[in-house]
Amino acid sequence: MEENSLTVEKAIANLQQTEDLGQRYYAAWWLGRFRVKDLAAITALLEALEDCEDRAPDGGYPLRRNAARALGKLGNTQAVEPLIGCLSNPDYYLREAAAQALEMLQDPRAIPPLQELLTGGVAAAQIVPGKPHLTQPYEAIIEALGTLKATNAISTIEPFLEHFIPKVQYAAARALYQLTENPVYGEMLVKALTTNELQLRRSALIDLGASGYLPSAEAIATTFAENSLKLLSLKGLLEYQLSHEPNLSPRSIEIMQLMDGLL
Amino acid sequence: MSKMNTQSLIDAVNNATSALTLLKSVQALAEQQDPAAISTLIAVLGYNNPGAAVAAVDGLISLGQVVVPQLLEQVDGYNYGARAWAVRVFAGIGDPRALDLLITSALEDFSPSVRRAAAKGLGNILWSQLPPQDIAKAQQKVLDSLFLTLNDGEWIVRYAGVVGLESLGKSNPTLIESITTKLTEIKQQEPEITIKSRIDLALVNFV
Repeated sequence: MEENSLTVEKAIANLQQTEDLGQRYYAAWWLGRFRVKDLAAITALLEALEDCEDRAPDGGYPLRRNAARALGKLGNTQAVEPLIGCLSNPDYYLREAAAQALEMLQDPRAIPPLQELLTGGVAAAQIVPGKPHLTQPYEAIIEALGTLKATNAISTIEPFLEHFIPKVQYAAARALYQLTENPVYGEMLVKALTTNELQLRRSALIDLGASGYLPSAEAIATTFAENSLKLLSLKGLLEYQLSHEPNLSPRSIEIMQLMDGLL
Repeated sequence: MSKMNTQSLIDAVNNATSALTLLKSVQALAEQQDPAAISTLIAVLGYNNPGAAVAAVDGLISLGQVVVPQLLEQVDGYNYGARAWAVRVFAGIGDPRALDLLITSALEDFSPSVRRAAAKGLGNILWSQLPPQDIAKAQQKVLDSLFLTLNDGEWIVRYAGVVGLESLGKSNPTLIESITTKLTEIKQQEPEITIKSRIDLALVNFV
C-alpha cells in the first residue's frame, strides 16, 4: 500500500518540520491511521495540537484537527487535558475532532467540559449564520457523553431528542440508550431505519451499532443501505453482546447468522 | 404470454428514465426468472446504479448456472464496477467455472466488499459439477486461498474467510481437521473479538 511508504521516523520528522504544511497534515493523519503509539509520536502530535502555522481560510486549524483525530486513535491519556483545552477553541471542527477523540479515549475527566458545551440546551443549538454547522458539534458531544457513561447528563441530553436536525436526535437517542438501556430510545433509532433518506438511515445504522441495542439486529439486516455498513452495525451489536456474555450465546449466534447473510 | 411479458419488462428496463423506475423495472424483470432476461440483467451491472445492480445480481443468482457462460464471456470487457457485481453473482451461483475468478477476487481485488463476497462464495462451490478426478485438487486450491484471506487487513474479509472455510468443511468433511487446526491457530493472533467468535461458531458447527 502506498501510504505504508512512510516510516514512523519519517512521519514524526514530517510532522515536526515547518516548511511543508501538506506533509505535516498528512503525517498527522498517517500516525493515527497506522496506530503509531510511540511516545515520540504522541509528543509530536501534542505539539501539533498547538500549531499556529497551518490556518484554513475560515481561521480554523487544519493540522490541529488532524492531530486531535490521531490522538483519539492512539489511546494515550496524556492527550486528555490538551484535548479538553481544544473544546474551547473558536475552530468548530477542532472542537468536533476533540470531542470525538475524547470519546475514544474513554477518560471521565472529559465529562464536565463536554457537558458544559451543552449549556443553553436546544434553544442555543442553532445554525451559525453563514456556516454549514450548529453553534457546537452537538452530535459528537452527545455521543461522547453516552460512551463516557455520563449518567448525570441524562436530563441535559433528553431535550435534544426534539432537535430539528435528525442526526442530533439520533445522537441523543443513542446516548440515552447507552445511559439508561431503556428500549424506548433504541426503538427511536430502529424507526429511523425506515426514513426515506439514505444518509439518515446510514446515520441510524452507525448509532445502533454503537448503542448495542440488540433487538434491532433484524431491522439492521433488512434496511435499505449498503451491506458494508449493515455489517459494521451488526458487528457493534455483537461486540456489545460478547462483552456481556463472552461465550457463544443464542443471541450472538443469531447476529452472526445475519452477518453471514450479508456477505 | 410469459415471453411477451419478459420482453415488455426488458423494454421497461431499457427505457427507464429515473433511478427509481430503473430499480422497479429491474426487480420486476428479475422476478420473472426467464433466461431471456440474462443479457439485460448483465447490462444493468454496468449502469453504476447500486440499487438496480443488487436487484440484477439477485435475479442472475436465482437463474443459476445458465447465466455463467455469458457472464464469464462479458466480465473481462467490463468496467470495474460491473466486474465487482459479476463476482457477487458468481459467488452466489457457485459454478466451478468461475473458480479462478473468485480466487483472484478474494485475494487481490482492491475493494473489501468484493473480497468478502468472493471469500464467502468460495465456500459454496458446486463441486459435483466438476469431473471427479479434478475435485480434490480444486478443493485444495480453494482451501489454500481461504487460508490466505484469514490474513487480510480488513476484518470483514477475514470474517468471510471463516464463513467460507466453514462451508467448505461441511461440503467435504475430510478437510475439517486441517480447517480446525488452522482456525484454532489463527484465533490466537486475531485481534477482533467478532472473528474469534465466528471461529468458535464454525468449530461448533463442525461437531
